Amino acid sequence: MSEPIISVRNLVVEFPLRRGLFTAVDDVSFDIMPGEILGVVGESGAGKSMTGAAIIGLIEPPGHIASGEIYLKGKRIDNLPPEEMSRLRGKWIGMVFQDPLTSLNPLYTVGQQLIETIRRHLPMNEAQARQRAIDLLDEAGIPTPESRIDSYPHQFSGGMRQRVVIALALAAEPELIIADEPTSALDVSVQAQIIKVLKKLCESRGAAVMLVTHDMGVIAETATRMIVMNKGKIVETGSVGDIIKRPKEDYTIKLIEAIPSIKDETRRHEAPPTSTLLVEVKNLTRDFDLSPGFFDRLLKGAKRNVVKAVQNVSFDIRKGSTFGLVGESGSGKSTCARMLVGLIKPTSGQVLLEGQDIAAGLTQERRQKVQMIFQDPYASLNPRWRVADIIAEPMHALKLVSNRREAEDRVADLLRRVRLDPVSMRKYPHEFSGGQRQRIAIARALSSQPEFIVCDEPTSALDVSVQAQVLDLMRDLQDEFGLTYLLISHNLAVVRQMADDVGVMHSGVLVERGPVDAIFDDPQAEYTRMLLNAVPDISKVE
Amino acid sequence: MSSTNNPAVTEQPRSRFQRIWDSDIFFSFRRSPITIVAALVTLVLILSALFAPWIAPYDPFNPASLNLMDGFTPPNSESMMGNYFLLGSDHQGRDVLSTILYGSRISLFVGISATLFAMAMGISLGLLAGYRGGTIDAVIMRVADIQLSFPAILIALLIFGIARGIIPPSQQENMAVWVLIIAIGLSNWAQFARTVRGATMVERQKDYVSAAKLIGVHPLRILIRHVLPNVLAPVLVIGTIGLALAIIEEATLSFLGVGVPPTQPSLGTLIRIGQQFLFSGEWWILFFPAMTLILLALAVNLLGDWLRDALNPRLR
Repeated sequence: MSEPIISVRNLVVEFPLRRGLFTAVDDVSFDIMPGEILGVVGESGAGKSMTGAAIIGLIEPPGHIASGEIYLKGKRIDNLPPEEMSRLRGKWIGMVFQDPLTSLNPLYTVGQQLIETIRRHLPMNEAQARQRAIDLLDEAGIPTPESRIDSYPHQFSGGMRQRVVIALALAAEPELIIADEPTSALDVSVQAQIIKVLKKLCESRGAAVMLVTHDMGVIAETATRMIVMNKGKIVETGSVGDIIKRPKEDYTIKLIEAIPSIKDETRRHEAPPTSTLLVEVKNLTRDFDLSPGFFDRLLKGAKRNVVKAVQNVSFDIRKGSTFGLVGESGSGKSTCARMLVGLIKPTSGQVLLEGQDIAAGLTQERRQKVQMIFQDPYASLNPRWRVADIIAEPMHALKLVSNRREAEDRVADLLRRVRLDPVSMRKYPHEFSGGQRQRIAIARALSSQPEFIVCDEPTSALDVSVQAQVLDLMRDLQDEFGLTYLLISHNLAVVRQMADDVGVMHSGVLVERGPVDAIFDDPQAEYTRMLLNAVPDISKVE
Repeated sequence: MSSTNNPAVTEQPRSRFQRIWDSDIFFSFRRSPITIVAALVTLVLILSALFAPWIAPYDPFNPASLNLMDGFTPPNSESMMGNYFLLGSDHQGRDVLSTILYGSRISLFVGISATLFAMAMGISLGLLAGYRGGTIDAVIMRVADIQLSFPAILIALLIFGIARGIIPPSQQENMAVWVLIIAIGLSNWAQFARTVRGATMVERQKDYVSAAKLIGVHPLRILIRHVLPNVLAPVLVIGTIGLALAIIEEATLSFLGVGVPPTQPSLGTLIRIGQQFLFSGEWWILFFPAMTLILLALAVNLLGDWLRDALNPRLR
């Protein structure tokens, strides 16, 4: 058996805070062999990123390694002085961060950044380094690297930029690559390509990879062995197949259960949808005019620039059903959602709610019937308001209650329905976790007793176990109140679990729609097939 | 995760005082000795100005009680008439300590009123510009830009001059303080408008505003109840620093002779009176009012600095 590239022994990372000592990483030990991809999975706050930061010696003060040892090829590195550590970084350890936009310097060309890194660590002259940079970009899957090398980071798309970051991390031929959520900011189709690149490069170079992510699907696709972390501790270690198919610890079992799969057909809501149509969307189109001002066009001859965000989209939603709208970023699904609730006026086309046009002026009655749940539970609740006032606002604004007492009783009832303690109505939003905040947002949406709720990525800001709870809650409420949902998500597995019918959007066009099982099991459109293949899914593990 | 069944609330609600004492802002206050000193100095100056009629040893504005024989008494000594003056007396025999107490009363009143006036104007215009955008935004912000390209004191002088022309001479003495407040206020609103506009443009994009729009809340109500509370933190900071500036601006105007009349002197007026005697050896008539002004402006400024750091999450 060969020597491990990196070996971590009983690592403890502590943060002395005002309100006491916080242990971010608690007694963590693992090895990574050459050519091995180790997946580190866990929910937010599990200490997985902190473990990576500890290895490269980049823990933000006041955090520090309290005890434990880290060995790189048998040499202890956790107690090295900062100058020696910085020489190790890049030469021996490469890093790939989540956000490809901020990990590249926008003022230098990609080539300059690569060449600088190469020449710092390898004995090469300018021309040799440049040739090597081109080779690296080529390996990372960037087409025509000779011409792209002198481009600035902003001239690359998100996925291409992440390839550049990978090329940069590989520049000095490191033995270990720490990839911290390398694909979380990317669309599924791009994510699949990046995973492929990362995997291929590690195989061909024999480098060890520590892949830190919250997405079990990515690990299932990429890694050979994995670690499950929770609250700073390692819960379970083993091969990816073992952990996903036969998890041993309670926490892992719960975690795996919470992950939705695109193959999963169960857990749909119970009450069957009726056949009457509640919402009809007819030839909905929205253009955004991004043209320069009138005088610029007149004087400088600038061209009109119109973005067609949504083009000719039509679909119906049955009463009591969930319509899932899926698509990648920029596909126009959020614009659609905002037109459906009347926040944006369509350029042409109609949204009919029970046969009446929504855009023709929102009456009191229609405002009450349509509600929305937003993506970011941190931005959708006013931080300066108490929960009781937030939830009661629709009731007051639409004059559904006559006095404060009545409103308070209703708020208490709504909080109970979203499984929160009514006492919490006295608190402010910052005192709640992300999942609890989303429950409050749901309670607010329910407070006007709506029939139709548009949910724009309701769970994409949440951890998987919290996501499962919120989705369960949404399903229960649907059965209880006979609600109709429009569920917008980039997460295909969530849509499969929740929706009765699905529409797939691509560049503003609805490419396919139909019953959920038909779309997922037998997609007709080329784009849908590509999307379904690209999803990293735990069901794909052998 | 067990929060499905477990209610969110488990901890006992703490008393309001405990929460404030434990809050991050108060914690940073407790850790900064300079801020504590600045707060104490400001508090003492404000309280002594507020209670001047009760704590001042003499009434400097009652001509009947003044005696020219008390004039030019050095600090910590008795006059020929047997009256004791801790900080000395001026040429009219007025007690310098008493004039300072009464003077800082006027300085603080003008400073605070002018700042509140500038704040109210800046916040309303900033909210309007940031929320509506387009032409309204362009017009308001260009006016602000033009105003910011002049020194504030010049604008205050201009407004003061115009007011002089409009108000009949018999009213000018009484109206002087109010004209001063409006002049200083109008020359300082642009800072507030800029800050509020920027913050409003960020807040109006957030989903809680969308949620309110969705249920048909009136735009004015959205602005006042939703957006305003969320843009107030930076306003508080520039408001505090603006207060120090307003006090200095008032002193400058009074020093130039266009401020409050000498019969009701502010700190600036006192400094103007004092500088006539600086070279004849009666230094105390200038020195003590000037020191008070410096102390007041410095303390308020330090408070503003601390507030800016405490409210900036990046520096925490």
